[in-house]
Amino acid sequence: MADHAATHAVHDPNIGNTGIDHRKMGMWAFLGSDCMFFGSLIGTYLAYKGKSISGPGPHDVFDIPLTSYSAALLLASSLTMVLALAALQNNRVKAATGWLLATALMGLHFVLNQVYEFTTFALHHGLTLSTSLFGSSFFVLTGFHGAHVTGGVIWLLLLVSLAMRGKLDARDYTKVEIAGLYWHFVDIVWIAIFTIIYLIP
Amino acid sequence: MATHAAFMPGAKVETPTFWGAVASWLTTVDHKRIGILYGSSAFIFFLIGGIEALIMRLQLARPDNTLVGAQTFNELFTMHGTTMVFLAIMPMSASFFNYMIPLQIGARDVAFPRLNALSYWIFLAGALFLHASFVFGAVPDGGWFGYANLTSAQFSPRHTIDFWMLGLQILGISSMLAGFNFLVTIINMRAPGMTLMRMPVFVWMSFVTQFLIVLAFPCITVGLILLMFDRFFGTLFYVPAAGGDPLLWQHLFWLFGHPEVYILILPAMGIVSEILPTFARKPLFGAPVVIYSGIMIGFFGFGVWSHHMFSVGMGPVADAAFSISTMLIAVPTGVKIFNWLGTLWGGSIRFQTPLYFALGFIAMFTMGGLSGVMHASPPVDLQQTDTYFVVAHFHYVLFGGSIFGLFGGAYYWWPKITGKLLDERLGKVHFWLMMLGFNLTFFPQHYLGLIGMPRRIYTYAPDLGWNFWNLISTIGAFTIAVSFLIFIYNVIRTTRSGKVASPDPWDGRTLEWSIPSPPPVYNFARVPQVHDRDDLWLQKYGDGHGGAPRPKAGPVTAAEIAAIHMPPTSFWPIILAIAMAVMISGLLISTYQIIIGGLLTLYCMYKFAMELHRPPEGHGH
Repeated sequence: MADHAATHAVHDPNIGNTGIDHRKMGMWAFLGSDCMFFGSLIGTYLAYKGKSISGPGPHDVFDIPLTSYSAALLLASSLTMVLALAALQNNRVKAATGWLLATALMGLHFVLNQVYEFTTFALHHGLTLSTSLFGSSFFVLTGFHGAHVTGGVIWLLLLVSLAMRGKLDARDYTKVEIAGLYWHFVDIVWIAIFTIIYLIP
Repeated sequence: MATHAAFMPGAKVETPTFWGAVASWLTTVDHKRIGILYGSSAFIFFLIGGIEALIMRLQLARPDNTLVGAQTFNELFTMHGTTMVFLAIMPMSASFFNYMIPLQIGARDVAFPRLNALSYWIFLAGALFLHASFVFGAVPDGGWFGYANLTSAQFSPRHTIDFWMLGLQILGISSMLAGFNFLVTIINMRAPGMTLMRMPVFVWMSFVTQFLIVLAFPCITVGLILLMFDRFFGTLFYVPAAGGDPLLWQHLFWLFGHPEVYILILPAMGIVSEILPTFARKPLFGAPVVIYSGIMIGFFGFGVWSHHMFSVGMGPVADAAFSISTMLIAVPTGVKIFNWLGTLWGGSIRFQTPLYFALGFIAMFTMGGLSGVMHASPPVDLQQTDTYFVVAHFHYVLFGGSIFGLFGGAYYWWPKITGKLLDERLGKVHFWLMMLGFNLTFFPQHYLGLIGMPRRIYTYAPDLGWNFWNLISTIGAFTIAVSFLIFIYNVIRTTRSGKVASPDPWDGRTLEWSIPSPPPVYNFARVPQVHDRDDLWLQKYGDGHGGAPRPKAGPVTAAEIAAIHMPPTSFWPIILAIAMAVMISGLLISTYQIIIGGLLTLYCMYKFAMELHRPPEGHGH
């Protein structure tokens, strides 16, 4: 396997003179850029923290146990992503498909929890985008994170559908690895958001 | 060379029909063609932005003028600024990134050729979307910096700001995709032997620029998203009545906006660093220091943004900190100027058109830099802010700097790109008229600003002492216009009957001059082995310390050329760009269009990704 990978690398037009796959490096560049994106959104949230002049505050609405469950789901999905990658590397396509599907489903569960959370905030606490600065900055920040997760779920499901049609095997290791990089990044951003927005009073 | 002829870009893609030729441009993934697309689109938008400037100068030529009203004037300066920054200077730089980076690093294309095409088509979609505002009679009128809360739905109820903010977001996507592409290209596609410190300085400055693009654009994207949510979905980010702070916009905007200044100037600095050694016939003086200075500028570029905001009252600590960092950033810039002068010192200088523009760049950019350091002092800045002094300052760096540098690059690389040499005599006339017109236009604006003429006013009373210098400024603007007519004439004449360029018309120093003009579609028949920053010069003349010129390699065989695989054309980039434009413009039309456009975008992204999922097995398998 390793020999095959080595000969493959020599002729692979996607491998550059650093020995790193172009697409992987491109994903790292994108993630660097996305750090600034979430950094600006989190900065906005912090700049407006405690500046709302009406409406419920963060700890009037947060359901920490529920969100902790969501966070745990996302963290666990990083593990299944790694397992999917390991399985694919050893050409165990069926196992890889299963782990990818599990990752996608946990991501989907996270998003559905968020939909439930947002709905509860709106219906039971009267907190919407236009209620207060807290509502605006909270929904936009966590909403964009949720959109990132949704994008990741679609990506993972497409990989699953490829695998089920026999179009994904060990040769496509890098493609799954890149999806994994993105998925782990979205996970790490959630750790930051969960800590800064939910846990710190 | 005869074996090459069949593989020249013109010959290879030769198609029997007109529509075939059009299709070959619409589906191209060749970095050289995309470079030409960027350059020609950017020049058209440069002319549009220039015409907007001329109308403004006509309006201001005499007091109490009634050529245009206040509203039209607002629209003119907004579109002039937005066009020149995002649709002229940035894509002109992108044109040189596209065409020259692969050639200078010895690569056959960029890392992601289809993504490169996608960047261009998204750029064009954004530019056309912005200009569609003229058709719908809702021209953006909030300034190129669109300060909150003038841009709120309350104060700008029409679609004017919508066109601006959505247009900028589309353009941002294009710039960031191109940024990822060039970062990977520069890191990963260098020819064997080309270490980072052997990269030509233009590649280095472009490299720093890409870092700035991918790190600065997310900030304005967030600023624009918050604005979009305020306008469309009722959030309160920039609404003071709800406790929102309009300064949030200024911070997000300038956190992007100041690195943007370096995004606009660094490529021009790179071009000048290529032109000077070529025409002084000696290596760039202290090239590593020029490179380090470029990195320093990029680094400090993120720490000076609030000097655009001294007048908002940030307090003495913030004012002092940003004042010091702004003065600091002048140091690496000054270092570069001394390096350029040092390059000329003792050189056997050939005064040809590209060198004229490079020298013009140094002189004018230094003046712009000096007035910039003046603003670094908050008390001085408070006097100058929002006056014509600031207008004069940034035109000295953006026109006197970027435009002089970029047109130097155009004259320098024209023979490489088109195979024809632009006329030297007309080029010099262009330079002198542009130099004269530029200084006539903008130098008096320093004085106008200091005696109190504010920016963005559409007219003024006759008894303020501003009449004479405003008239001079207008005369200067038309002189610049004439200089560009001469450039256009030069281009047409050269295309028809210009002197055919050899592969190396300037006795150049870097790899792009080692291949035919224009280059074959695969650029390098053999991937070069690089030994030095001025690799071609060493090949030709040795290292000047007794090292002999390298022996010439044998002729390239047809079999070698036949073994080269270039990426196939693709129509998915342009279709994906159209789908995205449908989705985003849906925000102004109907929710159904957003949904349909969104699904279409998703589908096109899938097809784009799958197009090369299992390419036919190549060699070595």
